[in-house]
Amino acid sequence: MLHNLAQLPRYRGLIQSLVARELKARYRGSVLGFFWSFINPLTLLLIYTFVFKYVMPAAVQGVSNYPLFMFCGLLPWTWFASSLVESSGVLISGGNLIKKVLFPAEILPIVTVTANMVHFFLALPILVVFLIYYKAPLTIAELVWFPVVVAVQYLFTLSCALLLSALTVHFRDIRDILSNVLTLWFFGTPIIYSYLHLPETAKPFMKYMNLNPFVHLAISYQEILFFEGPFGHWRWLLALGGVSLILFLGAYWTFDRLRDSFAEEV
Amino acid sequence: MTTAIEVARVSKIYRRFSHKKQFATLKSALLSRSLIRNLRPDETFTALNDVSLTVPKGQTLGVIGRNGSGKSTLLKLVAGITKPSAGTVKVNGRISALIELGAGFHPEISGRENVFINGIMLGLSKREVAERFDEIVDFAEMKEFIEAPVKTYSSGMYMRLGFAVAIHVDPEVLLVDEVLAVGDEGFTHKCLDKFAEFKRRGKTILLVTHSLGMVERFCDEALWLDTGRIKGSGDPKRIVGAYVTYVEKREENELAAADAKARRGADAAIVSPDEPASAVLPDTPMETATAAGDMFRAAEGRWGSREVEITQVDFVGADGQPGHVFHSGDRVDLRIRMRAPLPIDDFVVGVGIFNADGTCCYGTNTYIEELAPESIVGDTEATFTIESLDLVEGTYKVDVAIHKIDGYPYDYHRLLHTFRVKSRVKDVGIYRPRHKWSFAGNVKFKEPRGPRS
Repeated sequence: MLHNLAQLPRYRGLIQSLVARELKARYRGSVLGFFWSFINPLTLLLIYTFVFKYVMPAAVQGVSNYPLFMFCGLLPWTWFASSLVESSGVLISGGNLIKKVLFPAEILPIVTVTANMVHFFLALPILVVFLIYYKAPLTIAELVWFPVVVAVQYLFTLSCALLLSALTVHFRDIRDILSNVLTLWFFGTPIIYSYLHLPETAKPFMKYMNLNPFVHLAISYQEILFFEGPFGHWRWLLALGGVSLILFLGAYWTFDRLRDSFAEEV
Repeated sequence: MTTAIEVARVSKIYRRFSHKKQFATLKSALLSRSLIRNLRPDETFTALNDVSLTVPKGQTLGVIGRNGSGKSTLLKLVAGITKPSAGTVKVNGRISALIELGAGFHPEISGRENVFINGIMLGLSKREVAERFDEIVDFAEMKEFIEAPVKTYSSGMYMRLGFAVAIHVDPEVLLVDEVLAVGDEGFTHKCLDKFAEFKRRGKTILLVTHSLGMVERFCDEALWLDTGRIKGSGDPKRIVGAYVTYVEKREENELAAADAKARRGADAAIVSPDEPASAVLPDTPMETATAAGDMFRAAEGRWGSREVEITQVDFVGADGQPGHVFHSGDRVDLRIRMRAPLPIDDFVVGVGIFNADGTCCYGTNTYIEELAPESIVGDTEATFTIESLDLVEGTYKVDVAIHKIDGYPYDYHRLLHTFRVKSRVKDVGIYRPRHKWSFAGNVKFKEPRGPRS
């Protein structure tokens, strides 16, 4: 396992070109092309803003500048969720490569997660526009923490993606289970609502919230980009980083164990 | 001489799962706590069984064998795509596997970008691909299409580009799996030239193919796999010869079985003598075997009154043994055994040979050939001797019949007997006239192109 892991950096160039291909191919043929990277999150933003500002304003009482707030959590979530959905099918759709070319299979989920991260980066300029528009304050310290949050999320997402991609080869059901789990996960994470302004009825669930890894990522993004004051959530973030590292090793081990079955099963 | 490929006592066992596993879901697996158990195989299939081989550097090894004999598995093991269940595989030097051309091409992006990604996938660096790019495009003859998305390519273009990339990886060990079946004649020659160049430059090639001629012409050594085991290895001519003989014997057995089955089926569904006599048989006896026109549609079968019965039909080769596979030009006796319980004075024995399209290649009977019947009684035998079976390669079906001069059938065997003609020369048509080429004037030919032509 460690030997295979050590080999990975050799495939940098390949990962790089595959990510580039992924990005190029995604919008090839559509009229607006690359602009969909902006339009998609903006559309989501409009929908949620409409719902929570005009239909159910009570749910987000106390959150000013709601669009900015929601964007801080929504963009990382999109990265996370699409990575998982895509990686669960990536070994099956990339079966040709695994069966016919000498090709380390883990490159496929890595490419999926990385390509989605690039999409996340491409949507960041919108966030910057919002930050400027709402005159949200950003300190240097917070800017330093931002890449750390991204790194932790990358590691966490990659671990999930490795695990999912390997297991889906054997249990195709995972793809269907996943879409349901992700819906629950999304609403269980303070992205469209704020963890600071929860109603009484939600309080009993609060104590379980810390078990949800994405809560700490979402709160970290929100503290850095939205809320004023110093970044107070860093302990949780670093703890999540540690957990993600262990998760990654476990996921890679599982992937490595199942590796030989891929060429036969997909 | 150093070893390029070393395969030592390798077995590959594929797992086959029972139906239970196929319908198992994660949920049910979790519920029955059988997650781990379900990941274990219920049944296994041995694709390769204790195979050992070494290929010295610079040699070309051809692997032949029937479908499912484990050739492709061997290639995948050498390529490192799958791992052996037992044994070891060692390869010295960079491998390029032409297992599936253009595997990993993305349909939406241009040929140019795909060449780069494919090249990198096969182990080149970006700079190396850039250096070879023009050469690759030239080789693939794709200059004007290289900027178009790959999804617009024809399958031939796709293969050509895939081949061009793979061959320009400049491997030390080249693994080829039956890829030359693609592309037109011209491109195939180009590929063969490229292989020859590889050989000259001392590269090692492992070639899996059904083209026996290529193995004979091209390989230093041949390996014959059968159901996962090595059935023979060594001199290509010898191995190919042994393989061809074996295949013919198998075909022989298959044809014999099919023949027997057809006859059994026909016996089971004996038609009453009157009906088909008027419906299927032409009016005049002259046409019983020759006028194939109306008889194309007639399915195989057997009918007749059985006043005279055809008890057995054999194809007897020059060696005096009944068989079903013959070579073009062989002498073949069609031996027909008949039994007439009572004396019959009105009879015609006829024979017709049909090719796979249903075209009558030849038909005749004793009446056409002006033999006037006098009597037939008891156990008799008729032999229709074909001095030289001048037919092209293919499978042929035979009608054998005995009937009255007016067509009333005693026993009619319609397409019930099958034989196969094999030929080294792949000429076309139906009939091969005895022929030879001669030239006058300044016409020269090189050494024979193929090994056996």
